[in-house]
Amino acid sequence: MPDMSVNLCGVKLKNPVIAASGTFGYGMEFNEFYPVSRLGGVACKGTTLKERQGNPPPRIVETDGGILNSVGLQNPGVDRFISVYLPWLKKQGTAVIANIAGNTVEEYCEMAEKLSGTDVDIIELNISCPNVKHGGVSFGTSCESVAEVTSQVKLRSKKPVMVKLTPNVTSIGDIAKAAEDAGADALSLINTITGMRIDIKTRRPILRNNTGGLSGPAVFPVAVRMVREVYKRVNIPVVGMGGISKWEDAAEMMIAGACAVQVGTANFHDPFACVKIIEGLEEFAKSLGLSSITELTGTLKEW
Amino acid sequence: MRYTQETGVIIEKREIAPGIFDVAVSLPVIAKAAHAGQFVNIICGDYLLRRPISICGFDPEKGTLRMVFEIRGKGTKWLAERETGDTLDVVGPLGHGFSLVDNTKKAVIIGGGIGTPPLLPIAKFYGGNATVITGFRTASAAILQEDFEAAGAKTILCTDDGSAGFHGFTTQALEKHLGNNECDIIYTCGPKVMMKGVARLAEARGIACQVSMEERMGCGVGACLCCVCGTKGKDGDAQFTRVCLNGPVFDSAEVDWDA
Ligand SMILES: Cc1cc2nc3c(=O)[nH]c(=O)nc-3n(C[C@H](O)[C@H](O)[C@H](O)COP(=O)(O)OP(=O)(O)OC[C@H]3O[C@@H](n4cnc5c(N)ncnc54)[C@H](O)[C@@H]3O)c2cc1C
Ligand SMILES: Cc1cc2nc3c(=O)[nH]c(=O)nc-3n(C[C@H](O)[C@H](O)[C@H](O)COP(=O)(O)O)c2cc1C
Ligand code: FES
Repeated sequence: MPDMSVNLCGVKLKNPVIAASGTFGYGMEFNEFYPVSRLGGVACKGTTLKERQGNPPPRIVETDGGILNSVGLQNPGVDRFISVYLPWLKKQGTAVIANIAGNTVEEYCEMAEKLSGTDVDIIELNISCPNVKHGGVSFGTSCESVAEVTSQVKLRSKKPVMVKLTPNVTSIGDIAKAAEDAGADALSLINTITGMRIDIKTRRPILRNNTGGLSGPAVFPVAVRMVREVYKRVNIPVVGMGGISKWEDAAEMMIAGACAVQVGTANFHDPFACVKIIEGLEEFAKSLGLSSITELTGTLKEW
Repeated sequence: MRYTQETGVIIEKREIAPGIFDVAVSLPVIAKAAHAGQFVNIICGDYLLRRPISICGFDPEKGTLRMVFEIRGKGTKWLAERETGDTLDVVGPLGHGFSLVDNTKKAVIIGGGIGTPPLLPIAKFYGGNATVITGFRTASAAILQEDFEAAGAKTILCTDDGSAGFHGFTTQALEKHLGNNECDIIYTCGPKVMMKGVARLAEARGIACQVSMEERMGCGVGACLCCVCGTKGKDGDAQFTRVCLNGPVFDSAEVDWDA
């Protein structure tokens, strides 16, 4: 049997499949389908310093091969994340990735400090949420602000810091390099691509927020290309996501350079998507005679 | 494991009104766990998101689930094209349903259009103590009247165009009914404007009222926060609550109709 475990900046994941932030809550609901301990990890819903109500509905619209969402970081705030949700998830026996989003650098730092005193395994810096007016994506779009927030959080965090990149930029390679130089322990990408759908009868956007983030199979090729570009620019681990819905997609993402993957929107279609991807990857590794799934990472033979 | 993903065979299918279908699907695990007011989430062909459809009936012995749906777009069109013997990929039972406590109480049930199907199990529970007021565009769109009558309930049919029954809205019929009859509890499902009107009438008379909300959904199980509706928090401040998990049925007093 191939060894399915991967090492993500010092944290051992039992397999390379992580549930993506915002699509899986804190794991409690999907644990009613299968034990979430099957997963390599769970990236928790994006947490802010204070509770947030998020955007008014409708917050989701389907599009060919994907969805747009405009949830807008509805969450109970970092303190309740730590006291209510984290203890439960940690007990399940899967790596816990806290996903944090701030309005200011100081807010990111305060959250990182609070989380440093907990059982969280990794902190994922969400500098790429397209659905909030301040902060979020704006931190992720310039090399200077990415470097600033990353380096400040690194000073205050005792946990490994994984920076989650937005695809809504001109050069994702430059942003990735800026994060690495500022001390990021790992990178994850991609967050959603900003989009819009319009009701032609009312001539109004379907989402109350007007715009939303595109995810699902439609973004997959963009995500693969960006993961590849980033993999070539940095020496820290890259976690790939965006449109992965079957094990072949996960394998493709790993060949492009990802050491682990996150699966989001696919969970909505098939609640067992993550489990099927883990099983498919294991079969694939076996059929190739790999001793470890890590042997797949970055093995792309470019023309 | 509270949730089940089950592949079920369609064992019966009828078009009960133009564009409205009544199906029975063999789903033994879900049928056993189902409760009035809950829903299931169904894969419709190649579309990414599952479509939420209410449970109209469930027979734990036969292991069947009954659903009534209307063609509203591409997913429900795909569903309507399935035939007896075809299979469906279904997740359920989902959500928090109607609370049915004391069937000696007088219940009034108000359904608008395709919001009517989830109300049938309530009528079965209350039997002769239920009055069912349903409203449709026109006579040919009226559904489930015989089913409500078979449950022993009194029925008041309303149509917008007066082609059958009371010519007017369900809320007008409800107001008239409440003027002359006892009512301990009200249940409603249908268009938001109708439910808002029903809730107002109920609240004005101090009658408990349960409403079944509808919102676009992602995961359907409570994980993604895509399906929220506006509710009033403990201290009266506005908040957003998941329709798929905390609902679809809410106490009408909780709902913030203007959110
Ligand atoms: C809890 C609940 C129970 C429901 N029960 C029933 C039922 O018993 N019978 C019935 O006929 N219909 C029911 N509906 C409405 C039904 O889900 C929609 O008509 C259906 O999703 C439309 O899909 P479509 O692909 O045909 O339409 P499209 O407009 O092509 O759908 C596009 C997207 O929007 C979503 N969507 C569109 N309209 C609605 C809506 N009204 N509510 C939620 N999502 C919507 C779809 O799910 C899909 O993701 C219920 C909805 C909810 C939320
Ligand atoms: C409903 C929804 C909510 C999301 N919320 C968050 C979030 O809170 N924080 C975050 O970093 N990413 C969030 N994302 C982005 C996902 O984690 C992921 O980056 C993106 O959806 C691409 O992956 P996918 O195509 O597999 O879904 C959200 C995505 C969706 C669909
Ligand atoms: S649809 Fe995901 S929380 Fe309700």
